Amino acid sequence: MKTSRSFRAAALTAVLLGSVALPAMAETPPNMLVIANRIDDIKTFDPAESFEFAGADVSRNVYEKLVNFDPLDLEAGFEPQLAESWEISEDGTEITFTMADGHVFASGNPVTAKDAEFSLRRAVILNKTPSFILTQFGFTPENVEETIVATDDKTLVIKLDQKYAVSFVLNCLTATIGGIVDMATVMEHETDGDMGAEWLRTNTAGSGPYKVVDWKPNESVLMDLNPNFGGEKPAMERVIVQHIQESATQRLQLERGDIDIARNLSPEDIAAVKETDGLQVVDELKGRLMYWSANQKNEMLSDPKVVEALKWATDYAGMSGSFLNGQYTVHQAFLPLTFLGALEDKPFSYDIEKAKAALAESGFPDCGTIEISVRDAQERIDIAQSLQNTWTQLGCDVSLIVGTGAQTLDRYRAREHDIYLGAWGPDYPDPNTNAGTFAYNPENSDEAGATGLLAWRNAWGIPEMSEKTLAAVTENDTEARKEMYLALQKEHQTVSPFGIMFQQIEQHAMRDNVQNFISGGATTAASYWVVTK
Amino acid sequence: MPQNNAPAPYARRSPFAPRWPRKLLGTLLTIAVTLLGLLFVTFMIGRVMPIDPVLAVIGERATQAQYNAVYLELGLDKPLLAQFAIYVNDVLHGDFGTSIRTGQQVSDDIRRVFPATLELATLGTLIGVFIGVPLGVLAAVYRGTWIDQLARLVGLVGYSMPIFWLGLVGLLVFYGILGWVAGPGRLGVFYQGIVPTRTGLLLLDAAIAGEWTVFKDAFSHIILPAALLGYFSLAYISRMTRSFMLEQLNSEYITTARVKGLSEWHVVWRHAFRNIRIQLVTVIALAYANLLEGSVLTEIIFAWPGIGSYITTSLLSNDMNSVLGGTVVIGTIFVALNIFSDLLYRFFDPRAK
Repeated sequence: MKTSRSFRAAALTAVLLGSVALPAMAETPPNMLVIANRIDDIKTFDPAESFEFAGADVSRNVYEKLVNFDPLDLEAGFEPQLAESWEISEDGTEITFTMADGHVFASGNPVTAKDAEFSLRRAVILNKTPSFILTQFGFTPENVEETIVATDDKTLVIKLDQKYAVSFVLNCLTATIGGIVDMATVMEHETDGDMGAEWLRTNTAGSGPYKVVDWKPNESVLMDLNPNFGGEKPAMERVIVQHIQESATQRLQLERGDIDIARNLSPEDIAAVKETDGLQVVDELKGRLMYWSANQKNEMLSDPKVVEALKWATDYAGMSGSFLNGQYTVHQAFLPLTFLGALEDKPFSYDIEKAKAALAESGFPDCGTIEISVRDAQERIDIAQSLQNTWTQLGCDVSLIVGTGAQTLDRYRAREHDIYLGAWGPDYPDPNTNAGTFAYNPENSDEAGATGLLAWRNAWGIPEMSEKTLAAVTENDTEARKEMYLALQKEHQTVSPFGIMFQQIEQHAMRDNVQNFISGGATTAASYWVVTK
Repeated sequence: MPQNNAPAPYARRSPFAPRWPRKLLGTLLTIAVTLLGLLFVTFMIGRVMPIDPVLAVIGERATQAQYNAVYLELGLDKPLLAQFAIYVNDVLHGDFGTSIRTGQQVSDDIRRVFPATLELATLGTLIGVFIGVPLGVLAAVYRGTWIDQLARLVGLVGYSMPIFWLGLVGLLVFYGILGWVAGPGRLGVFYQGIVPTRTGLLLLDAAIAGEWTVFKDAFSHIILPAALLGYFSLAYISRMTRSFMLEQLNSEYITTARVKGLSEWHVVWRHAFRNIRIQLVTVIALAYANLLEGSVLTEIIFAWPGIGSYITTSLLSNDMNSVLGGTVVIGTIFVALNIFSDLLYRFFDPRAK
């Protein structure tokens, strides 16, 4: 009751705000960037542990990596940063990096191969959530002293447990966990053998363009220039990210000129900003996919023709053109657009006749009961209701099981759902991040407990497809690798119990003097050092 | 032969023996039982909620080995009562655990967010009291006149208008259009880090440091949300004041006072108002406690980093350590305010002594 009152009030306010165009007012200083964003997910700045969106934004601007993306040319892929070059051994299991000169930590210490060795070893030893990005190459706390070795200050050698595509390994090193920390500074703050983990939660020790000066959880992050940064001096000498929860509040601040960028505006506020002089809206494709999936333990849903019918009976265009307008675009493959090998084909569209025909060919021509598990987020409930409406036209008895994120996830991981409606974002900027979960499940038994794999969560045993997924991560010819992923996605679209529907678009509203703000696209995080005003 | 030195029974009940030690002991015992009960209920709610605390820590992508490690680290393998005993012991040592969401000690988080709420709630209550009480008295004295109608309208609007809506409209008008007040947050970006944190109350810290430009900016930020909260407080306080005053003004002793020829001012303020002070103390304490509890929506709209939004965001993130810590603090404040209003009762009403 209270919630619906709040929603009504919000709607009324939106109408009121929408009808009032505010004049553009004050401006922030030309060398300062002020951003309103929801940053309450920041738990730590430690690259070995940080695995949240807002944390990744900070990390990308504070820590350099062996290889990294150029924010102004993300599609070019990784390029040298702390490592100026690398060589691969003949058997493909050893990569030798040569460190570049001129990179210096905020403390004044030069960046050496020893720092890279320490940082990568540390991430493996601490074994925090994102550590799998590195340990998938066979690194363990026990073997890091042999597998990640700085032979001198200029040379770092990493030994993999088998041959992998170099692009796969290097893409993974561009993730947050690949951030190189200042070993001397970090170890000065070590307590109880924690390798400086406690200190690095709230402090930074990187060689990137910025250093964190102040962080108030749920309030703000303040970054100043790293005086020793080796690259071109950024135009923004200070960056302040304020935690502003409400879209309407962010819009007011933007219109007043108190902030330069608002990152969480609702579609209504975005529409209003587009009409306001002095402001602009920039769209960026992100990596998040919205999908539904059918549990193959359910007899009816394990019939491929039933799943095909459900895919035809999904109103993709209707949703993206109405309540998801501007927030999501239709996308039907497991690799987000802009990823290597992303498939653009959209074979399914809303066609109730084709859906009925497919259902008639199935073993369940009258359909049956379907429960859609969905978390209590408005956009997801809207999508679930759309599915409920269209699937009901097939004769299915569709109901929604709405729960908190944790409740819904628990059911999903326990393989107790019929249909799960959810979102998935890539963990690192390589196609394997999604292929390895949507199209990999070699052991489908309950005992396998591979709860991290989406294919396993849907009880979809695919030993043959899993082989193809594994083959793609060892292919060193990038063009051939791309073709392998394209073929894998085409097959996946046809046979999988996943109904991939949309890819997220992020809409940033900003003052019209702000140039080059890139939030990282689908592959990385925000880069403040290229912003100009 | 042992001597019986025990005093006679009547001596133990001597009317001359001071009663306050027993009363103090009783009060302390009541507080301890109340807080223990609060701890028990909140702890158990946290444990029976259908939320996996391990997943809340490690996220959905962690491996089974990482899951198992955190499960043991959180002590979830122990019986529930043992977990509670450990928790109580930790709380008694000032340790509420680590927040999953901020990665910091919950006690540090609370030390950071509570002063923000305290500052806002105190200013809001002061506004509510200084406007609400006179308004309620005037409404009772001039019952049925336009003053009374105005007071009732103010009360009605305060009760029925969603604070979420009023907050956004307030921001639009006073910040967006008129530019009379500063925007969301406690302090402008240019003033961050100038004043050292002593009490956590920005106005006070700025005054202590003699940084009057910072004080002015902080005041410009706080005045709108405080006025909003003050308005909701005054709606309640003025309504109750009016009701209490009407009861007094209809009493025979007031008629007697008027017959004796005392001035109306004297009758109203020296006689009637004096007798409603006790009831008002309870009303104001309750209003203050409600604001201290954290006005979540106000804090969200104004990006005010207070305890209300802290607890709510923690709850939505399944961060039960923070929820428990925050709840215990709020519960303790309620108990403390109850005791404080009891003490004021005794001060204002000699019969209560």
